[in-house]
Amino acid sequence: MRLSGLQKEVLSLYRQCLRECRKKPEATRMHFRSFARVEFDKNIKIDKRDFGAIEFLLRKGRRQLEMYASPGVKDVRK
Amino acid sequence: MAALRSSTSALLGAAASRPALRIARAGVPAAVRGMADLASGATHSNTASGENAKLKTFQIYRWNPDQPTEKPRMQAYTLDLNKTGPMVLDALIRIKNEIDPTLTFRRSCREGICGSCAMNINGTNTLACLCRIPAEDNSELKIYPLPHTYVVKDLVPDLTQFYKQYKSIKPYLQRDTPSPDGKEYRQSKADRKKLDGLYECILCACCSTSCPSYWWNSEEYLGPAILLQSYRWLADSRDEKTLQRRDALNNSMSLYRCHTILNCTRTCPKGLNPGLAIQSIKKEMAL
Repeated sequence: MRLSGLQKEVLSLYRQCLRECRKKPEATRMHFRSFARVEFDKNIKIDKRDFGAIEFLLRKGRRQLEMYASPGVKDVRK
Repeated sequence: MAALRSSTSALLGAAASRPALRIARAGVPAAVRGMADLASGATHSNTASGENAKLKTFQIYRWNPDQPTEKPRMQAYTLDLNKTGPMVLDALIRIKNEIDPTLTFRRSCREGICGSCAMNINGTNTLACLCRIPAEDNSELKIYPLPHTYVVKDLVPDLTQFYKQYKSIKPYLQRDTPSPDGKEYRQSKADRKKLDGLYECILCACCSTSCPSYWWNSEEYLGPAILLQSYRWLADSRDEKTLQRRDALNNSMSLYRCHTILNCTRTCPKGLNPGLAIQSIKKEMAL
């Protein structure tokens, strides 16, 4: 299946999240992983042609990633 | 705490029960009117008659990030100008307090010194606290967030990029030599005068977001507000890194995307002239 540019961007953001998870301490790594997964799952129902909403969520996601990626954040809980 | 709460409720009850007749005529929920009574007890009584109410409708841009799939919409609010302060910000605060607490906007000083309440009012970027509500005509007043910015919510724009650019010009005094008397860096009256019209900028972003050139190149072009600040540090006689500052601007994007459209100067709510500052930088670079 050929992906649109926007879909690729979403996937690359998710990959970036997983990559950042690896930098977190071993004990809490899975928390970060499932947290990222849940954050993406929250908006899974959005229509793929709703570009405005997806672009907004991408920006929001990048901001969130930047925040959680900072080395001071050691654990995340739901 | 309990005592405090009971006393306020008693007050509310008294305020609500006394002018019961008035409430019925105004047709506003009693609780809401009760709050207004407490806030402006004196002014309320002499403008209570509903006959000569000066009604004005405000069309306000609404968008909620919690429902990203919903499109932005305009919402209309009608206020009686006799009971509202003269400025647009007064009206917004009144709408938030009495009609719709979900309306979101930035405000702080309400006197044009903080630059928080910059927004697009009737097509002009300005500070809501310095913009009078046009009372003469009954036409609707349209309020949007600053144009070409990402919206955080309702009237709140995302100014991250703007602040990043401000940081990139190093807006602080850079010098290596200590002052001769070891106390402060002195400057002649003539040198101080060069900073007039520059230091007053409050970074409200009205000018930058009104600049078409900045709309299309906001990633690289610094925009009028930041260039005005650049010039403020270039013109400062105490700063010793003038050459480095000039070098940083010497490329096709940072400075030379200004095409003297002069929207910045027309819109500046503080009456400054970013266009002139940019031309001064260009002149300095050329000579």
